[in-house]
Amino acid sequence: MNGETLTILPALPELILAVGAMALLMLGVFRGDKSYRQVANLSILLLVFCAVVMINQVGGEREVIFGDMFVTDAFAVFAKTLVYIGSAVAILIAGKFLSEHNIAKFEYPILILFATLGMLIMISANNLMSLYVGLELQSLSLYVLAAMNRDRLRSTEAGLKYFVLGALSSGMLLYGISLIYGFSGSTDFDVLATSLRGEGGAPIGVVIGLVFLLAGLAFKVSAVPFHMWTPDVYEGSPTPVTAFFAAAPKVAAMALLVRAMINGFPALIAEWQQVIVFISIASMLVGSFVALVQTNIKRLMAYSSIGHIGYALVGLAAGTQDGIEALLVYLAIYLTMTLGAFAAILSMRRNDGMVEDIDDLAGLSTTNLPMAVAIAIFMFSLAGIPLLAGFFGKWFIFLAAVEAGLVPLAIIGFLASVVACYYYLRIVKVMFFDESAGAFEGGHGQAVSAVVGVAAVLNSPVSFLLIWPLVGAAAWAAGSLLF
Amino acid sequence: MSFLQNNLLSLMMIMPVLGAAILLIIRHTDAEIEKRNIRQVSLLITTITFVMSLVLWFGFDNGTAEFQFVEQHAWIGDDISYYIGVDGISMLFVVLTAFLMPLVVLASWDSIHDRVREYMIAFLILETLMIGVFTALDIFLFYIFFEGGLIPMYLLIGVWGGVNRIYASFKFFLYTLLGSVLMLVAVMYMYLQAGTTEIPQLMNYSFDTDVQKWLWLAFFASFAVKMPMWPVHTWLPDAHVQAPTGGSVILAGVLLKMGGYGFLRFSLPMLPEATVEFSWLIFTLSIIAIIATSLIALVQEDIKKLIAYSSVAHMGFVTIGIFLLNVNGVEGAIFTMLSHGVVSGALFLCVGVIYDRLHTREISRYGGLATNMKIYATIFVLFSMASIGLPGTSGFIGEFLVLNGSFAYNSWIAFLAATGVVLGAAYMLYLVRRLIFGVLDKDDVKAMPDLTLREKLVFAPLVAVVLWMGIYPNSFLEPMHASVSALLENHFTTDISHASTDTLGAPAGR
Repeated sequence: MNGETLTILPALPELILAVGAMALLMLGVFRGDKSYRQVANLSILLLVFCAVVMINQVGGEREVIFGDMFVTDAFAVFAKTLVYIGSAVAILIAGKFLSEHNIAKFEYPILILFATLGMLIMISANNLMSLYVGLELQSLSLYVLAAMNRDRLRSTEAGLKYFVLGALSSGMLLYGISLIYGFSGSTDFDVLATSLRGEGGAPIGVVIGLVFLLAGLAFKVSAVPFHMWTPDVYEGSPTPVTAFFAAAPKVAAMALLVRAMINGFPALIAEWQQVIVFISIASMLVGSFVALVQTNIKRLMAYSSIGHIGYALVGLAAGTQDGIEALLVYLAIYLTMTLGAFAAILSMRRNDGMVEDIDDLAGLSTTNLPMAVAIAIFMFSLAGIPLLAGFFGKWFIFLAAVEAGLVPLAIIGFLASVVACYYYLRIVKVMFFDESAGAFEGGHGQAVSAVVGVAAVLNSPVSFLLIWPLVGAAAWAAGSLLF
Repeated sequence: MSFLQNNLLSLMMIMPVLGAAILLIIRHTDAEIEKRNIRQVSLLITTITFVMSLVLWFGFDNGTAEFQFVEQHAWIGDDISYYIGVDGISMLFVVLTAFLMPLVVLASWDSIHDRVREYMIAFLILETLMIGVFTALDIFLFYIFFEGGLIPMYLLIGVWGGVNRIYASFKFFLYTLLGSVLMLVAVMYMYLQAGTTEIPQLMNYSFDTDVQKWLWLAFFASFAVKMPMWPVHTWLPDAHVQAPTGGSVILAGVLLKMGGYGFLRFSLPMLPEATVEFSWLIFTLSIIAIIATSLIALVQEDIKKLIAYSSVAHMGFVTIGIFLLNVNGVEGAIFTMLSHGVVSGALFLCVGVIYDRLHTREISRYGGLATNMKIYATIFVLFSMASIGLPGTSGFIGEFLVLNGSFAYNSWIAFLAATGVVLGAAYMLYLVRRLIFGVLDKDDVKAMPDLTLREKLVFAPLVAVVLWMGIYPNSFLEPMHASVSALLENHFTTDISHASTDTLGAPAGR
């Protein structure tokens, strides 16, 4: 029937991705481990194809299908585009690393595809049930990815740690959902939004449930105080996997958090706002201060990402349309900085394997100036220094906070960013001011160079020209959420 | 020609970036020739920029307080735009920046051997950003240039600096950044209140009195560090001492002026009530700065450190002058900034000359230079006198105007500030005695040759400008008149006529 095909159209990219991922899984199973390259290339193509289908066929019109479980709108299109980019780049930069570590298995791209599918469902979730289903599909894939390097203790430890703590947070999430359902009678965002708006305020059970829900989601975005897993998992996982963790799942979980709060609980804004303000401040401070003493660059990036999630949450804490717009701009810029920085970390290699200490970067400016300049651009951008893209992210985020009257939050955030600046500067110092500790050896592959190059250009002052289109797109996306 | 006229400021900013791009592609098999080509291209580019700044000066209409050479293009949304232009307050700072740059390139000719390309690129980008700071008419754009300049300066100190360069570069970066982020919050607040980021419009917007205080303090946090005012000046001696000669010149000559320029551009016109209310704070800190840092300068063993402390003292005069809120005070402050930019830059270049020969900045290692380096000694004494404020040199005019203005305001301020002039003479003359005069008894000092042709070329324009500013200051004061009086008349109701007469007859006639 014609009507039937129309109703599944909004989920078409997800359906294609699910079917495609399974087909590629079959291909991998039948052709064995040597099929890695083929499966990886086809996976990237599949992601690009799904993204094109999403932009061309689905568009930004708000549509709700599957019994109000699944929603597509401009917000979803924006966030999903970022997720597609993050996932595709994670597959793209992995090839050389995986084959050198003898873990070039076809499962890697397949797992990323399934995780991506989970993220897409998370972003489009319009119901606490579909939220949970998407989140679990994503999380289970990520647990396995973290433990990909089975022969390495660190990697399996990372996977196990991630799984145990992740299961705990899923438990909290489910407990919160059950409380919300029990006290309000629905799991649907639209129904919740209208029913909680009623007279006499929300039942206390819903508020408690909401706090549990937030705790579970804070774990997924690795916000303080639910961040403990992040440094260990980032350090232990294979670097391409870490790059993936730091980018796409963060975007998806943030989008999910935003939609759940703005669409599902607009009536309880006073309740969740204080929680978000707290975890935002805590994340910014922990991200800044604890990173000061890190020597491993992946651990440092873990704390850096905790801090950045704190900044992004400022936009949600503002609770306004401008705040959401700023959050989306921030996520887009964060994505380019993070992917670029991790791709650059993949180039830190000597003949006897990968090196991960910050001191191994010493004197990079004399041995490989373009790479040193690119890393410096990422670091200054992460620090939010003007001239680079990261500054625009901070500007819009804190502008929204000031507009919403959260001036103290903005001041704390900026002071934390000055502290954070110290360790970003330290990396620049090691690369430019210190004596060389020997050049990096061996090729890191053209894909890594290309990603580093593109990301560096996007973060450089070229971003002056790109910022306005980005802000326009984010405004379009933020406007589609129900306010 | 009209294209040049209409886009002059943009072209001045594009030129150094273009030069940096050219430096990137200069390649030669012989490393020495490659370095020479890089230096020559840098010199050419900075000279062209300087010539353009002269076109700006000659094309500038002294009769109006309006912004001139204005360019505006839409950028981010409806509010934030690429909006630049100059008025009488900012125009001469642009010229000063462009004037110092070729000299910095020349001064670094032999003293920089490592990574010449990167060194010159950092300087050229810094030039673009500095011109941007003085020309930006959009507060967001201003902030980008203001903060962006930290990156090249950080690299310049860290890569080409002295022994303790890493500590100095971090201190410089983090100190300035800490002050500036508070200003950024204030900028955001002003933007949201007034609904515009255009500086001319913000100048005419009156903020609520209570809000003004907070905004003023936020701006103060940034500009006081940049200035630098006592007690947040401690980054300056470190940065100055560790920076390479060229970096010190730009730091003292231009970057320190951004604080004073910021007070004039933002604090005074946008927050006039808070400015009046907090002027006691400025006066107190400035007078402490003048007296305390002059005394500290007396006991310094390191030449660069001595000059750095003297910079803090001179900036004390500038802040006093700005917050006197009368024509003499403000014009004297601007003039002192311009003069200090040239004189302290020249003094750092002087230090660079002997540092290149003996590789030490310790005062006691020298002595008796008047015997074997006659031209150098003459030039050094001249700039020392300019720093003291001897009539006939540029230093005198600025200090005279500021003191004149402060007498009209409060004789105690004038009295205490004047002690700074005496102390300034003390530490500079003491330095001259130890460095230039005395007995020439050290063998390695005896062996030092006098100025080379290149060094003479560097100092000739500086000497000319210092004397020109001292003997005929009207060339520099006339462009300021309209803008300064407009600034004071539009925003401050206090009667300013008492000090605005008899501006310049006396010094110009001497």
